[in-house]
Amino acid sequence: MIRLEARVQHSTVWGYSSPLLAVLLTLLTGYILFAALGQSPSEALYTFFIAPIADWYGISELLVKTIPILLCAYGLALCFRASVWNIGAEGQLLMGGVAASAVATLFVHSDSIWAMPLTLLAGIAGGIGWAALAAFMKLRLNTNEILVTIMMNYIALNILLWAVHGPLKDPDGFNFPESALFGDSTLLPVLFADTRLHLGLVFCAIAMALSWLFISKSFLGFQTQVLGQDRSAAKMAGFNQTKLVTLVLLVCGALAGLAGAGEVAGPIGQLVPQISPGYGYAAIIVAFLGRLHPVGITLAGLLMGLIYMGGEMAQIELGLPNAITGIFQGLMLFFLLSCDVLIRYRVRFKRFDKSNSADNTSSSLAPQAQE
Amino acid sequence: MDIELITNILYATIRTGTPLLLVALGEIICEKSGILNLGQEGMMLLGAVAGFIAMYHSDSFLIGFGAAALTGVLISLAFAFIALHLNASQVAAGLALTILATGLSAFIGADYEGKTVTALPALTIDGLAAIPVIGKALFAQDAIVYLSWVLVILAYLFFKHHRAGLAVRAVGENPSVASNLGLPVMSIRYLAVMFGGALAGIAGAYLSLAYTPLWTENMTAGRGWIALALVVFASWRVERVMLGAYLFGFASLMHLVAQGLGLSVDGNLLAMMPYLATLAVLIILSRDPQKLRLFEPMSLAKPWHKGH
Repeated sequence: MIRLEARVQHSTVWGYSSPLLAVLLTLLTGYILFAALGQSPSEALYTFFIAPIADWYGISELLVKTIPILLCAYGLALCFRASVWNIGAEGQLLMGGVAASAVATLFVHSDSIWAMPLTLLAGIAGGIGWAALAAFMKLRLNTNEILVTIMMNYIALNILLWAVHGPLKDPDGFNFPESALFGDSTLLPVLFADTRLHLGLVFCAIAMALSWLFISKSFLGFQTQVLGQDRSAAKMAGFNQTKLVTLVLLVCGALAGLAGAGEVAGPIGQLVPQISPGYGYAAIIVAFLGRLHPVGITLAGLLMGLIYMGGEMAQIELGLPNAITGIFQGLMLFFLLSCDVLIRYRVRFKRFDKSNSADNTSSSLAPQAQE
Repeated sequence: MDIELITNILYATIRTGTPLLLVALGEIICEKSGILNLGQEGMMLLGAVAGFIAMYHSDSFLIGFGAAALTGVLISLAFAFIALHLNASQVAAGLALTILATGLSAFIGADYEGKTVTALPALTIDGLAAIPVIGKALFAQDAIVYLSWVLVILAYLFFKHHRAGLAVRAVGENPSVASNLGLPVMSIRYLAVMFGGALAGIAGAYLSLAYTPLWTENMTAGRGWIALALVVFASWRVERVMLGAYLFGFASLMHLVAQGLGLSVDGNLLAMMPYLATLAVLIILSRDPQKLRLFEPMSLAKPWHKGH
């Protein structure tokens, strides 16, 4: 018999260990999955997780992939800490990319030093604007933020498609749905020669440091935390709920918008329909896997970037569909939520005992609260 | 606009609304039992791909839709396990379900991308289908459309007149009281989640076997999410979900309407209409939080376990 027993206090050890266990279980499932697909599992796992970062170029590419995920995830973590279910980082990223491209295409033939900063600012503004709409609908119009932000993701995608087919389409682009290539003055500088690793990495590091300061050191961060854990306590303490919710949403929007701008003005260099393979959604998993903590998120984000790269590698080397990335992402969140049960419950292995059978028969696995 | 165009718009409205109606109906029953399953979009996608593959190889609609329903049930069990047994946040578990199922559907369907099957044929009732304007919409539809109507009536009767319907509602309002009254809370919630999974699977297969008889990645395009909004729109009432689904079906057909009025609007902007309509509906309905709470099942999305 396996029985779950409620803990008096949440387990700190499992708080840290459950993400690791979830990753291990995901790898184990991957092992079985590859075997079932007729691949040699250890070779497949090597191709997926080691081969992509076997050299310096691979590592630089991993960082390139991780930048937009992390920027979104730091922002989402703030929202989730405040119990604001913002699922809209994807849309905010896309709008950032569109807004940045609208500005960048003005500078195609210019070598103004303002081209790059203005492009980034436009991206940030695009993300903030999109998040502000969600904040307005949540706070003033009392709508459910989950559904609102998801709808806005779809709307943002359609705005992006409209932009690349319409106003931002390259007139000399042979009718392809893409904008003109950005001018050199617009592109983010590359940090290391022969890589695509760009200035976005610095923004990421700053975002990480600032979000750590916000969470750990600031009174606003503390208020956010209280708001997230106990809405009525926050109200009693006189915290301004509207201000806090708006703040976390706008910060998230700004970071996601910056991520979008960093993609179009960084590795991609123009606006195309596929500027994001779901970075905004992946960031949700990363935020949870990283325990909403900047350092944890950074590690989880690197793992997520690796999963994206591994998916591409598996497609090229093993001929597997790229969608295997999505499976790994989903499995990881699933396992994380399952393992998190260990934070709140103790697992008891018990020999089936007749005297206990009365209260065990109803649901042997069901958590039995004993408070 | 001429008569023929109006006739066709009505016909297409019902067809477009049918998958929404099916998913939303499943979600209503799920939410009535107190469980918020945000995995509808993912379950629809898995249903769409499973139904398509089954149909592709068997050439049988029964096997196609059966496989879709079964897939929906099986994947919904994964959600039920972590949400009900492991007491994970239902919101997070639902999102996880959608992310996992979306990935799985794309993976399983990779070899079938862009392939087509024969579409589910219409079951036309000859005399009645000839009625001008509404005849085609009501009497020249396919079997799943008729099935959705039967399900609406059954669900209505279930909640209004049947003890089991009352039990589901009791479990959704107050599981502790329901449990003390001797109702098997867990079993009822499991069944409600599974029912939602089955309907989401069928709804997905309706897209890939009837509406557009082909498989492409992410072909549900947010319909699962729209259906979740429809449940709020319907304030958890079966008869109103039907109205909502068809209103949305109509909103998605703006290109036909625009064409009828002789307007030319950019296709991508028109494609936004269902999502904009969803936002509008959410805003209109959420103005009054008191009223919204009046209809919402009391324990919706709240974790519960026996003995608490």
